[in-house]
Amino acid sequence: MCGIAGFFGQPAEREAMRATLETMIHTLHHRGPDGYGFHVGNGIGLAHARLSIIDLMTGEQPIRNERGTIWTVFNGEIFNYRELRAQLERRGHRFYTQSDTEVIVHLYEQYGDRFVEHLNGQFAIVVWDDERRRLLLARDRAGIRPLFHARVAGRLWFGSEIKALLAVLPERAALDPMGLVQTLSYWGPADPSTLFKGISSLPAGYLLAIEESGAETMTCYWDWHFPGSDEDGGSVEGPHRSIEAATEELRALLIDAVRLQLRADVPVGAYLSGGLDSSGVVALANRLTSTPTRTFAITFAEAEFDESTYQEAMVRHLGTEHTILRCTRRDIGEAFPQLIRHVEAPVLRTAAAPLLLLSRRVHESGYKTVLTGEGADEVFAGYDIFKEAKIRRFWARQPDSRLRPRLLQRLYGYLENSPVANAALAQSFFGKGLEAIGRPVFAHAPRWTTSQRALRFLSREMRASIGPWDPLSWYEQRLPPQIMSWTPLARDQYVEAKSLLTAYLLPAQADRAGMANSVEGRFPYLDHRLIEFANRLPARWKIRGLTEKYLLRRALDGLLPPQIQQRTKQPYRAPDQQSFFFDGEPLDYVADLMGSGRIRAAGYFDAAAVGKLVDKCRRGDALGFADNQAFVGILSTMLLDETFLRQRRAVEK
Amino acid sequence: MAQQATEIESKIRGYILENLLFSDNAADLANDASLLEQGVIDSTGVLEIVMFLEGEFGLSIRASEMLPENFDTVDNMVRFVLRLQGTQ
Repeated sequence: MCGIAGFFGQPAEREAMRATLETMIHTLHHRGPDGYGFHVGNGIGLAHARLSIIDLMTGEQPIRNERGTIWTVFNGEIFNYRELRAQLERRGHRFYTQSDTEVIVHLYEQYGDRFVEHLNGQFAIVVWDDERRRLLLARDRAGIRPLFHARVAGRLWFGSEIKALLAVLPERAALDPMGLVQTLSYWGPADPSTLFKGISSLPAGYLLAIEESGAETMTCYWDWHFPGSDEDGGSVEGPHRSIEAATEELRALLIDAVRLQLRADVPVGAYLSGGLDSSGVVALANRLTSTPTRTFAITFAEAEFDESTYQEAMVRHLGTEHTILRCTRRDIGEAFPQLIRHVEAPVLRTAAAPLLLLSRRVHESGYKTVLTGEGADEVFAGYDIFKEAKIRRFWARQPDSRLRPRLLQRLYGYLENSPVANAALAQSFFGKGLEAIGRPVFAHAPRWTTSQRALRFLSREMRASIGPWDPLSWYEQRLPPQIMSWTPLARDQYVEAKSLLTAYLLPAQADRAGMANSVEGRFPYLDHRLIEFANRLPARWKIRGLTEKYLLRRALDGLLPPQIQQRTKQPYRAPDQQSFFFDGEPLDYVADLMGSGRIRAAGYFDAAAVGKLVDKCRRGDALGFADNQAFVGILSTMLLDETFLRQRRAVEK
Repeated sequence: MAQQATEIESKIRGYILENLLFSDNAADLANDASLLEQGVIDSTGVLEIVMFLEGEFGLSIRASEMLPENFDTVDNMVRFVLRLQGTQ
């Protein structure tokens, strides 16, 4: 678990190459504070910043094969490394460390580029093949660990975070308007886009091979796959004889996923939000270890966001050793600039900021790795958006019905200013997208309509450089052609997994918020065997009526107190624009960055429009999602500018 | 009566331009344009308008009156305010 950086191409003197690598890797110190490792060869440089979790004594990277012809650096964990090692040793491979890393070079010797298919884990991997003079970049299936690359001056450069590239390629510190517009629409840039022109993100589930000639080949080795549906919307492939059999199989998979992800040579803690997912992970971990699990959680002063009652119930039930971080609005506002420095993209919500503060507490408590419940909502259909889509489809069959849309009132119960609090208006709002019923982005149409409010604030120059932008159509053309042959829920889950989980939640909340404080998150629900299992389930075992994550609840039955096992999803959220205004005044840095001078100088947004939004927030009138998202999105873009872009703009002027 | 309607319209237009469109350009808002259609308001946006109308015109608006036909266009809102002013 760590940071990696390096380059391929344009040989130079060893000292110069080593110096370049040092510059790159030192920017990733927070990802790997336990030491640096380097390999310099002819036209190849690999660097590694280590966070020691497995094989503390001999697991330093870069790691090589027996003959030193294959080298690797990687960030992440290969949870099935013990099984892979046993298989490889039986085939005659010899190991010189106890690390999980080492299986990579031997698997590559054995299987070539298909080595990645054997891995069960979270990873960003770089393999250097010195005999064939080629470099391979690989990223895990869900997109947990990041990997960025750029081609400049005859070299392919790579790094775990964009800052490692900018340290040696300052000319690439320029905003990519497409990345911005994607983020303001979908909550995060869509792979391979980033917020920086000429810097790409390797998409999740992809392998990139670079030959010495410079030829690049991108291969998708894994994607979320769902079976085709029959006419009634049920799955054609139904491998489960009964719900009892499916429940048994799920339970076994969950236990195995947690078992594998407890593998470490340091203690493993866990986040406990109080919801079903993290409670399930902690309950399973507790059963698999001899000491009570060390748990960590956030509490908020505002009732709308706080889940402490449920957290306490779980702590009592399991007897975990528990630490609480109390998070105020001001804490969030003050941590926000550091968050953006790590996320390297704008965000539309502040929710990752408390997680940054939580990981700091985890680090101070002496823990390097935590299990979390991230991923269960995408894999088992936990979010309200899936239920909302189900209700809207039901309504679309009789669009004039006044009764059908009333079901919407069952959703969003946790919100103070709920979009369904007023029935007639909810119908107008959710009904607007009904004509999108035949489109694969049907479920996401309302959400992407709300987030588009932020686009109104773009400057004339920005709009001109982007041209016509239709978020729904743009996203649709990226989707796999067979998506309309899947069940409606499967389509919705695919779009959610790719547009939200991979593009925003995993980068901001799962990777960067933890890595900022040298804490590695582990996500049992994203074990790819679990994802593949869940994707084969019929929709009614994921959402039964309006009960979400139905099969998961069954599989966790008996492990949790009833109030948690039956608890309806309350998504993790934090106070948004309220985190930046106190007694009608913005925090100092907010006043500065959102002031008309700065806005105009940066050129992304219209200063007059932003001024009106700031005034509205100051008055305490910004109540709805759209305004909150626009505010947080604009502020975080200006922080991105301040941190990475403004200096370059000054140089170029 | 007509003068009253013009004043009401002007105040409502001013509010929407400033607080929902964040714009100084009157041409951005047509009186008969559906605000829901254009994504200018969602249901929280309507709550904001209700608060404004109650405060600005001294009205009391019932939940049962929070219907699209009363709030979806500037013209609708003017008519709604005039009707309520006639009865409150």
